Amino acid sequence: MPVTAANDDPERARRFRETALPHLDDVYTLARYLLRDPTDAEDAVQECYLRALKHFDGYRGPAMKPWLFAILRNVCRAEYGRRASSPTGAIEDMPESAEQTPLWNEAQETPEAQVLRTRDAATIRRLVAALAEPFRETFVLREINNLSYREIAEAVGAPVGTVMSRLARARAMLRSAWMAEEEQPR
Amino acid sequence: MTCEEAEILLHALMDGELDAGHAREVEEHIAGCPACAAQLAAYREMSQAIATAKMKYTAPLALRRRIEAALPPPQTRAPSRRAVLRGFAFGSAVSAIAATGLVAIVLREDELQRVQSEIVSAHLRSLQAGHLTDVISTDQHTVKPWFNGKLDVSPPVIDLTAQGFTLIGGRLDYVDARAIGAVVYKRRAHIINLFVAQTSNTERRAAKIETLQGFNIRCWRDRGLNFWAVSDLAADELAEFGDRFESTMRVNTEG
Repeated sequence: MPVTAANDDPERARRFRETALPHLDDVYTLARYLLRDPTDAEDAVQECYLRALKHFDGYRGPAMKPWLFAILRNVCRAEYGRRASSPTGAIEDMPESAEQTPLWNEAQETPEAQVLRTRDAATIRRLVAALAEPFRETFVLREINNLSYREIAEAVGAPVGTVMSRLARARAMLRSAWMAEEEQPR
Repeated sequence: MTCEEAEILLHALMDGELDAGHAREVEEHIAGCPACAAQLAAYREMSQAIATAKMKYTAPLALRRRIEAALPPPQTRAPSRRAVLRGFAFGSAVSAIAATGLVAIVLREDELQRVQSEIVSAHLRSLQAGHLTDVISTDQHTVKPWFNGKLDVSPPVIDLTAQGFTLIGGRLDYVDARAIGAVVYKRRAHIINLFVAQTSNTERRAAKIETLQGFNIRCWRDRGLNFWAVSDLAADELAEFGDRFESTMRVNTEG
């Protein structure tokens, strides 16, 4: 029978170090986008890793990154829920209708390519940060943390179909914001 | 396929999440629908711009230290287990696709993830077994012909010595149950294995850098080839390697 290892078991710590620590930048990146504040992000990431270490014995895979992200998400919701942008404070309290609204009404557009190519990282970060909560999260997990749809579904605890529609919405909203930005005089 | 379906599925297409059959269906729709084709083109541009911009943050060193301080000190031992990230299977069936109202979407297995893990293992093998190169040469005109007849694809071999990445040779490796070409470069004491494999997908995919088992992997797709550059180099240096490789390859093929 496996014995539950204590937190100071060196073998366990080694495994944790090898499997969880390499994802620190990814976890921190997600925290930055979720919380939009560097100090909050640091605190949340530290708490995330402490919790991950504590629950490491229960970790059975499949992949480390979505597991860490799910923990981070819980930390963010528990500690920083009040400050999160979503009006209800809870990430999945999205009315279903909001996810079923038509994605695009505009007519087909033409030479966006130039515009889309010329945005710098700071502008993109700002536009991404302005996305509403569940869309921002899904978008960051896909485009920046590079998770597959299944992994995103696992990390956010939603069906893959929801992930797909959120991602489509997120990209549509970001694209509109991106184009609008371009039209403003600078 | 209707435009409503395509508008959702084109995202799965560009994210490489569709199996071959569904990808074909979406591509057929897009081929006959300028509106959806324009959507796809715009999203690809956006995705590419995001992939090129530095969107990731780096964890502050103080944070890393605080987290490491919470762990018991490491013991010096050879790494043994790398099974954690490999061969995983999803326990539960994927839930019904509710929100989109779409019916049968078959998402591809997490194949890329598995292949990446194999790529890292191949990289480790190449370092451990004293079997880094089958052909040793800093001359691309020696390394490239060496691959002829050994693979179903001729990996591009590009001399990047002037850019600070020394070509040291080539090797046949075995990844995802087939032979694959590896072109080996060196920067200072760091080895870079560039794995090249043919793919039926001719869609260009912008580079992404990931970290697996402590190694950085930069993968991209261009001209029907999948590329994985693996190294213990820092991510920014590996990105530089990839950028230089890609731009030289573009010049070579267009010029």
